[in-house]
Amino acid sequence: MSEARFKPGERVKVLKAYPLGHVRTPFYIRGHTGTVERLCGVFPNPEELAQMRDGLPAQPLYRVRFFQKSIWPDYRGGAKDVLEVEIFQHWLEPA
Amino acid sequence: MGGLPAGPVDRSQHEYAEWERRVDAMCMLAGNKKLCSVDQRRRNIEALPPEVYDNTAYYEKWVVSLGESLIQRGVITTEELARKMAEVNERG
Repeated sequence: MSEARFKPGERVKVLKAYPLGHVRTPFYIRGHTGTVERLCGVFPNPEELAQMRDGLPAQPLYRVRFFQKSIWPDYRGGAKDVLEVEIFQHWLEPA
Repeated sequence: MGGLPAGPVDRSQHEYAEWERRVDAMCMLAGNKKLCSVDQRRRNIEALPPEVYDNTAYYEKWVVSLGESLIQRGVITTEELARKMAEVNERG
């Protein structure tokens, strides 16, 4: 099991990468910076499970909070509106 | 698909057809027997060519993906699947 590197409240940047394969990190959030809201748990890596391997070591999964207006250039909602995305640790870097 | 514009979402509900129930059951059983996983299913669905993805129903995608998974794990061969599909087609 991989150690959890981030704590709630820490700023993180999502890796801006486009590998082939089964990836759970949505395209639209790659390269964006957000704040760790919570650690959801530790789970086998779905990118590996998809390739029929065991997905170990298990990876910490975080719920990361982003401001909607920082993601969508034409966002017309409130300035404080947020979006939360669950992202595995290996897709995150300290921001 | 991949964030492309796709028009409005069809929110209508429908009763599941018998074949859809069977596909769901087969996928669950294959999962219980470790012959498939949710992630492998998704990977195989994501690998469908765009024209196939656009023209197949939800559970059609599932059953195509299940066939792929069983081939990938060596449970069946492509030839066996092809022969069976031809046989079923003959039956009409």
